[in-house]
Amino acid sequence: MASILDLQSVGKTYQSGGRSLTVLDQVSFTLEEGATMAIVGPSGSGKTTLLGLAAGLDRASTGSVLLNGIALDKMSEDQRAAVRNQHVGFIFQNFQLLPTLTALENVMVPLELRGERNIKSRAQALLQKVGLADRGHHYPLQLSGGEQQRVSLARAFSNQPRILFADEPTGNLDAETSDRIIELIFDLNREAGTTLVLVTHDSELASRTGRILRIKGGRIVSDEATLNQALAG
Amino acid sequence: MKPAPPFSWLLQMAWRDSRRNRSRLLLFVSSIILGIAALVAIYSLRENMQAEVDRQAASLLGADLELRSNKAPETRILRLADSLGGQRSEERDFTSMVYFPKNGGSRLVQVRALEGNFPYYGELETEPAAASRSFRNGRNALVDQTLLLQFDAKPGDSVKVGNLTFRVAGSLLSAPGQTGIAASVAPIVYLPMQYLEATGLMQKGSRINYKYFFKLDKPLNTERFEKGIEPMLEKEGWSYDTVESQKEDTNRSLRDLTQFLALVSFIALLLGCIGVASAIQIYVREKIGAVAILRCLGAAGKEAFLIYLIQIIVIGFLGAIVGAVLGTVIQQFLPALLQDFLPVDLEPSISWKAILQGILVGTIISALFALLPLVSIRNVSPLNTLRASLQQDAGKRDPVRWLVYGLILLFVLGFSRLQLGSWNNALAFTLGIAVAFLALAGIAALLVRTIRRFFPQSLPFTGRQGLANLFRPNNQTTILIVVIGLGTAFICTLFSIQTILLNRVSRSAGEQQPNTVLFDIQPGQKEQLVALTQQQGLPVQGTVPIVTMRLERINNITGESLLKDSTLPQQSWIFSREYRVTFRDTLSDSEKISKGKWQGKAAAGAGAIPVSLEARFAERNKIELGDTLYFNVQGAPITTTVGSLRTVDWNRIQTNFLVLFPTGVLEAAPQFHVLLTRIPGKEVSARYQQAVVRQFPNVSIIDLGLVLSVLDKLLEKVGFVIRFMAGFSIVTGLVVLIASVLISRYQRMQESVLLRTLGASRKQIFYIIALEYFFLGALAALAGIALSLVASWLLAHYFFDTEFTPQLLPLLTVALAICGLTVLIGLFNSRTVVNRPPLEVLREEV
Ligand SMILES: Nc1ncnc2c1ncn2[C@@H]1O[C@H](COP(=O)(O)OP(=O)(O)O)[C@@H](O)[C@H]1O
Ligand SMILES: [Mg+2]
Repeated sequence: MASILDLQSVGKTYQSGGRSLTVLDQVSFTLEEGATMAIVGPSGSGKTTLLGLAAGLDRASTGSVLLNGIALDKMSEDQRAAVRNQHVGFIFQNFQLLPTLTALENVMVPLELRGERNIKSRAQALLQKVGLADRGHHYPLQLSGGEQQRVSLARAFSNQPRILFADEPTGNLDAETSDRIIELIFDLNREAGTTLVLVTHDSELASRTGRILRIKGGRIVSDEATLNQALAG
Repeated sequence: MKPAPPFSWLLQMAWRDSRRNRSRLLLFVSSIILGIAALVAIYSLRENMQAEVDRQAASLLGADLELRSNKAPETRILRLADSLGGQRSEERDFTSMVYFPKNGGSRLVQVRALEGNFPYYGELETEPAAASRSFRNGRNALVDQTLLLQFDAKPGDSVKVGNLTFRVAGSLLSAPGQTGIAASVAPIVYLPMQYLEATGLMQKGSRINYKYFFKLDKPLNTERFEKGIEPMLEKEGWSYDTVESQKEDTNRSLRDLTQFLALVSFIALLLGCIGVASAIQIYVREKIGAVAILRCLGAAGKEAFLIYLIQIIVIGFLGAIVGAVLGTVIQQFLPALLQDFLPVDLEPSISWKAILQGILVGTIISALFALLPLVSIRNVSPLNTLRASLQQDAGKRDPVRWLVYGLILLFVLGFSRLQLGSWNNALAFTLGIAVAFLALAGIAALLVRTIRRFFPQSLPFTGRQGLANLFRPNNQTTILIVVIGLGTAFICTLFSIQTILLNRVSRSAGEQQPNTVLFDIQPGQKEQLVALTQQQGLPVQGTVPIVTMRLERINNITGESLLKDSTLPQQSWIFSREYRVTFRDTLSDSEKISKGKWQGKAAAGAGAIPVSLEARFAERNKIELGDTLYFNVQGAPITTTVGSLRTVDWNRIQTNFLVLFPTGVLEAAPQFHVLLTRIPGKEVSARYQQAVVRQFPNVSIIDLGLVLSVLDKLLEKVGFVIRFMAGFSIVTGLVVLIASVLISRYQRMQESVLLRTLGASRKQIFYIIALEYFFLGALAALAGIALSLVASWLLAHYFFDTEFTPQLLPLLTVALAICGLTVLIGLFNSRTVVNRPPLEVLREEV
């Protein structure tokens, strides 16, 4: 299978107050299309930074990032935005719904950004899949945390992404709600055959992916396939 | 690459995104409403006025053609008048005292002796109306209404002009083309011409203006007139006005008036725009999260930017419409406010052109100012979704921002060019505005820095908190100081100018200085008048003989050569004016020789007479020492040479002269005298004037006290109009204040709630907020006053050429009023924060 994500010697250094802080150092890995991977590590180890670089939210200081064969490092922010819109889905710890848009409108935005029309029914169907068919006209503030995260899931899948990035998707939710969200993520993922990269603290969640990348102090400390990977392979 | 979303989607997103913010967006834009309103009101006024002037053009002049001169008509003029045909009226104007026997009141007025049916268009407006025609049939006069009011006289009473008593046939409300202001400076009295001789005022030395009014049978052949007649008139020292030229003159002065008012309105609009920009800045800061999400989902920077730009343009457009409606309403009241300055009657009406202009200007300028904070949206990184704390200072050096600054400056320049009609003036205006804004911003920054540096740690907690609020993140201190400060500066500068002008006049009336001038004294009356004055116990502070003459030639330059050669430096009036000249053998103490040598004695017939010219007059007309000036003293030619130049202190009430002759030459020439005296009080003055007018009806009296009070009234009226306009700036400042308080309310609430959770009492929170706004108001007022002091000093020094001593008390009053208002508004808008229990406030969505 072709690799959807390919990072070679990626490093990230922040300049702050005249001093430079290396947050990521010599990170390399490739991910096959359709695979699932968890990034785990202690707080501050660089997980979010790594995810951001892989998804093209930021530019690496060194090294190269290929997403679906496209070199992100050479692109302008707007070009990367177009790549994201085309190939990438996102789920955030704090949901990141647009507060001024209804649930349904939030789901429609990625498609609308592509200039697609007649998408209301598709968005509605996605909402139905996450069990919120009758909440489409509600604003984020009128939804609970779990519900908001489900809307953001529906949104993440609305543009039929090749790869989905999730940054601690259950970090702000209680255990029970987390379980439902995780089920949904994996169900939708399986159904669409999407590649999944998720950052988590939760070792149980991590163990449900095919591969676990452990980082510490900005370096990969281990990279191992799980049982799932063996089963899937 | 992904296809771009259609524009309709951007519109849709803009609409969706605004749903939850609409009331706040309207709040932002409320700052420009008053500016637009003022602009639309002034534009409407201008439209309205131009239409009225066009409509009433003929009655502005009252005739098809007017000829006038300060020389009696000679044969060529009389022949021309006969040849023009149609109907003709004749008028002679001069100043003279009038006297009301009923209560002994007397005052200097402008007498107009009229013969014929003038005005042919429009009317002399009188009360009763019939008097405007009937007064011509007998020994009647029409007397200006303010004059009648002043002396408590009414139609039917008598008024004495010169040697003759007239019956007041009616009170004169307005004459053709006359503004209320002009009438209050020089009240008018109309007489029938047939009684002029009998008043005995014609032989006096004072100046008489001769006028002919024509109602022509066929329209004036302007080309023939300009080619054939105009040069002859000019040569004879006559000028003329036609309906068309009168209309142009009127339009020009009205344009000056509305230009000024439009610029003042524009400043209010600019202030509002700054308010919009600062509100949008806070709005944008809140929207960074939403923009970052859109960017994550693949929106291009430009698209996110456009979504918000569309919102702002639409909301600016709506604000402009509201402003235009308000302006149209305000315009209904402007004619009443300005009537004294207008030569035509105005009926308020709606001007669609003005409304459209206002909406256009409002939308463009608010969008331009909103662009300043909006451009940073283009640079919002999608990383903000992952880590909200990321700083956004990439935008600071954004070249697009400079482009926007440039556009704003260009717009202001373009707008002022349209108003002022010249690039130089527009540039000066734009620069002035920019400097004022920067100066205020500078003062604001300095004040805040100073407070920070010398922070009074010893203050109680509430004081420290209130003061610290001025420079915590997201504060709008600078913006508010600029906006409120400029309004304050406006009002204070205005006040200072008024003081400067009044001071200048009243200073000349200092303790020992003369305050009353009697002129037109015949040589035979001089001794008697001096005796009368002394008999009344008043000092005679000098009598001066005056000889009137005309200048015919400077070296080889005559009036004709000046006409032909426009490159000559002399001003055109130099040959047409009448020179009032005196002769003495010494200089007065307000004169100093700056060039040449003063010669106090000369003999007639012993070559050219050495005269002394006022230095500035000589300089302006490029007359040098040694030049030969040929004067005509009522028929007798006198050849003079410029022997010296004098500087003259015009600030003093003195008899000052452009041309000064030595003794020994003019003693025998026809002349009249001027007498200076100082009268201690109003009653003495009235008694004295009464005695003089009764015994010497031809003598005119200028009472400096009266001049002062007229000037005061005039400035009061002008000041009222300007204050009214400046009011728009002040109120705009307050609206911006209200908007910014409401916008930052959410932040305030969270803080206050936190404080209350920690145990602060309602009273403490109330104090903190009140103090914060007190400091803000005080700083703004201080900055404004500082700016106005500098401006006033500059004006006094460079423009009015006088000293400036600031009046502290009124300035302090203004400062206190501004502080008070600011505190009130701040408290009123924060009341929910103070009054409600914390839980309730937290639950509520702002
Ligand atoms: N803009 C920045 N400037 C400086 N340091 C940063 C910046 N962003 C992140 N960091 C630092 O990089 C490190 C890694 O951050 P992050 O990737 O968010 O860790 P994680 O998601 O694993 O908790 C942290 O120490 C953080 O302080
Ligand atoms: Mg993280």
